Amino acid sequence: MKRQSWDNPSDTSLTRVDGAAKVSGGATYSAEYAIPELVHAVLVTSTIAKGSITAIEAHEAEAAPGVLAVISHLNVMTVPGWPAKKQPAERAQVGTALRVFYDPLIYFDGQPVAMVVAGTHEQAVHAASLVCVTYRKESHQTDFEKNAGKAAVPLNVQRSGNSPFKDYERGDAAALRQAEVKIEAEYIIPTQHHQPLEPHAIIAVWEADDKLTVYDKNQGVKSVQGQLAQAFKLPRENVQVVARYVGGAFGSGIRVWPHTLAAVIAAKQVKRPVKLVLGRDQMFTSVGYRPYTVQKIGLGASADGRLTGIVHEGTGQTSMYEEHLERTVLASRALYACPSVLTRYRLLPLDVNTPTWMRGPGDATGMFALESAMDELAFALKMDPLDFRLKNYAESDPERNLPWSAKSLRECYELGAEKFGWKNRMQAPRSVRQNGMLVGYGMASSLYGFHRHPSKARAVMQADGSVVVQSATMDIGPGTGTAMTRIAAKVLGLNAKKIRFELGHSALPDAPGQNGSSTIPSVGSAVHDACEALKNRLAALAGDMEARFRSGGQAVVRNGQLFASEGDKDGLSYADILKHHHLNELEVTGESKQGAERDQYSMYSFGCHFVEVQVGELTGEVRVTRVVTCADVGTIINYKTARSQSIGGVVGGIGMALMEESVMDHRFGRYVTSDFASYHIPVHADVPPIEVYYIDKPDMLADPIGSKGLGEIAIVGVAGAIANAVFNATGKRIRHLPITPDKLI
Amino acid sequence: MKPFQYLRPKTVQEAISMATDNPGAQYIAGGTNLVDLMKRGIASPPKLIDINHLPLKKIEHRYDRLRIGALALNSDVARHKGVVARQPLLAQALLAGASGQLRNMATVGGNLLQRTRCSYFYDLALPCNKRQPGSGCGAEGGVNRTHAIFFAGNGFGGYEASSCIAVHPSDMCVALTALETNVVVNGPEGERRVMMKDFHRLSTQQPELDTYLRPGELLTAIEVVDNAFAKHSHYLKVRDRASYAFALVSVAAALQMDGGRIWDARMALGGVAHKPWRYWAIDLMLRGQAPSEKLFQEVAEHEMQSAEATAQNAFKIKLTTNAMVAALKTAAGIS
Ligand SMILES: Cc1cc2nc3c(=O)[nH]c(=O)nc-3n(C[C@H](O)[C@H](O)[C@H](O)COP(=O)(O)OP(=O)(O)OC[C@H]3O[C@@H](n4cnc5c(N)ncnc54)[C@H](O)[C@@H]3O)c2cc1C
Ligand code: SF4
Repeated sequence: MKRQSWDNPSDTSLTRVDGAAKVSGGATYSAEYAIPELVHAVLVTSTIAKGSITAIEAHEAEAAPGVLAVISHLNVMTVPGWPAKKQPAERAQVGTALRVFYDPLIYFDGQPVAMVVAGTHEQAVHAASLVCVTYRKESHQTDFEKNAGKAAVPLNVQRSGNSPFKDYERGDAAALRQAEVKIEAEYIIPTQHHQPLEPHAIIAVWEADDKLTVYDKNQGVKSVQGQLAQAFKLPRENVQVVARYVGGAFGSGIRVWPHTLAAVIAAKQVKRPVKLVLGRDQMFTSVGYRPYTVQKIGLGASADGRLTGIVHEGTGQTSMYEEHLERTVLASRALYACPSVLTRYRLLPLDVNTPTWMRGPGDATGMFALESAMDELAFALKMDPLDFRLKNYAESDPERNLPWSAKSLRECYELGAEKFGWKNRMQAPRSVRQNGMLVGYGMASSLYGFHRHPSKARAVMQADGSVVVQSATMDIGPGTGTAMTRIAAKVLGLNAKKIRFELGHSALPDAPGQNGSSTIPSVGSAVHDACEALKNRLAALAGDMEARFRSGGQAVVRNGQLFASEGDKDGLSYADILKHHHLNELEVTGESKQGAERDQYSMYSFGCHFVEVQVGELTGEVRVTRVVTCADVGTIINYKTARSQSIGGVVGGIGMALMEESVMDHRFGRYVTSDFASYHIPVHADVPPIEVYYIDKPDMLADPIGSKGLGEIAIVGVAGAIANAVFNATGKRIRHLPITPDKLI
Repeated sequence: MKPFQYLRPKTVQEAISMATDNPGAQYIAGGTNLVDLMKRGIASPPKLIDINHLPLKKIEHRYDRLRIGALALNSDVARHKGVVARQPLLAQALLAGASGQLRNMATVGGNLLQRTRCSYFYDLALPCNKRQPGSGCGAEGGVNRTHAIFFAGNGFGGYEASSCIAVHPSDMCVALTALETNVVVNGPEGERRVMMKDFHRLSTQQPELDTYLRPGELLTAIEVVDNAFAKHSHYLKVRDRASYAFALVSVAAALQMDGGRIWDARMALGGVAHKPWRYWAIDLMLRGQAPSEKLFQEVAEHEMQSAEATAQNAFKIKLTTNAMVAALKTAAGIS
């Protein structure tokens, strides 16, 4: 299974294929398409958290300069795919996505209630400020702590027998109580928002009565296509979705949100292409968030440091109309070799909008708690936290009783510890001071399940031997096009400059959305298979030309040429093969999906993070001063972009640990941190040198390129490592994120 | 944003006439605060008087003082040799504020007149006495982690019922307060000088007013009189992230030292009151003393006796105490 690394970091990494376009302004993002006749929309959103609209006074807005329409539930078109409206309106059943402008009911503060369409953005903004909405208020519940008692088993779990979120138990339930050494604690993460720098935006164009094109910021053009086709009862192929460039998303673009529908509706009603860009404040209530989550963890071990019991309970917030479930407690079943494990997962519905997946969904939340608790127990055992983890290393998956397809977490720990200098850590907190600051070391493990979905890719060789590879996959930032180019270049033995990868358009071959760290395993495999097929076609065509290619041996590719065998000196160029056969192009489509290995092996990405912090003793300010992160994700396709991905995950983890918190005034059910002055994300000064290492051993059971997902594990565990370092520096255990100065002084 | 008319005066006098003739008109300098307020509908001046072309950018030392034009950019002031050499506290405070890009736009005058960062003030859907007098103070019974802990009248006790518990957000103004700067103001009634301590208001019955500036008045310069604090001054800002965040609390500490003793001391605090908070008694408490952590702790705790926490900001009392001690230690050069 050993295979040489794809990539030697020092030389062969590809630079982002679209990097120059992005930094020079040449890349066109969703809001930037120059469409003739374009008009501009602005949303008016609710200022109450629960109740209904009693009146919308729009005359003044309608009379304002440039205004084409003020759309609300009072005058909206009938969306053909939606059920007929009830009179009087009834509150939605759990499981109903919010239908924009459907009826007068309000489910959360910030819900779209009207939309102004005008000739210019400024005119629309001004007119939106003139729309006067009156409400009948009902009392709302948005405060998690006050309503915690109402948490319940999700309906989803109640209805389905084999949900992964149902209560889980293995071993002996009493193990924790009888443990020689144990800790029990509660951990809280507040609501946190994705807030990618590019706000969500859409341009909706009805090309004909039954033909729709949208330029929309999202993470899956195919799923947006499907959902829009369904809502407007159109044949799929009559809807085209374009998202060639996405300025970050972190999960906020996985679903089709109400504002997308609103823009499509408006374009239909005013019979003009409509552009809608969400305001930064609107991004807090329009595109989901990481839910407020309270977790209780109990860990028990024998005096010599063997885990004997884990109890992990988690409750996440959701909306009144939808359940959002995530993996919060699931890692506790698989990460460590522990005979007795109990997990419970609950949801607490509140008068808020629905949360959604945010980078490392569930696991980033759950592993903050689990890895903090592991650190607490190691301290109680007087053990080094890394030794404690190694002592409880799971050699096979203790949850599913299956062998791992591959696992090099031990190598990760060793490499990370060595590069970081973990051996210099002092076990006693408050032992190290530097420049008047307390210094602490912390570490945490990381894991994320493997996801691979059926995918297609098309490879088209041109007469000159260059290749266009296409798939309806996405690039929300990791550098998908670059990685795919690298795979194609490798399989075809072609210079990357001769390959163009196209993505982000629904007319391209089927691919899943970009989420769950699934793109490289899914689409990368399809690209691999398509290029293999293309190579085989070339070999067959070459066989028609020369006998040496008919010997049945494996043809070898190098520098855009085909060789009959490894030692073969004379190659046939791809261009010559096509020319000989009078072919202008040569096209193949590859399709790839998981085989039966999925049921025979347990597949995960693994990793770990080592963190140094400095804490101002008087000011309580925490600065992360050094991070070493190490991942085991199988083959590293392109070191340079992978490294960026890992760095981005750590930066996200710093935000999660130290500053991100969406604060609501529960008297109003409204966020009071709805801008970047009050919702803090890390700035450059918060980001220290980050060293990234990979084990880079292929997992050939996972997929044909041996590569597993990296995007999520890059952030999973980081917050725990930081909290652990803060404890080591100060002796204070902060279990309620974010770790701000007030909690440490 | 509401449509507005744009005016561009060429002289100070023309600017003042424009402001006097057009009630409701506002001056605009760097626009880094005013444009945001206009976009959100919090300020909606019918006319904007763009003062950027007035000759008020100069930074010079004359006789016994630094005179800095009201239109001097925050970044230019912070790196001006004369400022760095004579008033390093001012340079430090400026560099602790906002970001490089903002400081390249922001002016001295605009910085003095920037409005509070209270979230309720910025959200038209929430109550706020400062934005809409009489609507109630949203922060008082709500989210007030970053709000004031000092409310007293003139610095010598005597509490007033507060209708606004917001803090003044400027870093520069905290240093200017410690340095006893004068603000030079020109208006319909001619030029006048206002001392920093009398420039901003504490929250009174009129929370909509941040300063004692009169209608139509234009800031033209600030003046910092020479002093002997350059060697022993320090601006400490405590914040929720390393940069680009407003202060939770900040401390401008300035000491004059000789022979291991303190001979003069000034201190102002940021993030704790409706205006930069001057610690008046510090000079009395430190004069003639040798610096020590114990002394600084006593001195800090003394001032905090008159502090009063709201529901979510009790931590600020300890944090401010700690920050004073840390700033004094650095200023005095003891570790
Ligand atoms: C994201 C962000 C972060 C920030 N962080 C900090 C921080 O950490 N610390 C800090 O101290 N500041 C911070 N600031 C505030 C910044 O310092 C102010 O916005 C800036 O100083 C205002 O200057 P300006 O010239 O742009 O003022 P403008 O926005 O042009 O004007 C502000 C006000 O002053 C009035 N005005 C301006 N000049 C004059 C004059 N000469 N005479 C009379 N009236 C005048 C205007 O009418 C207006 O009412 C931040 C700002 C932003 C946007
Ligand atoms: S503290 Fe002042 S600015 Fe904030 S809500 Fe109250 S009155 Fe308004």
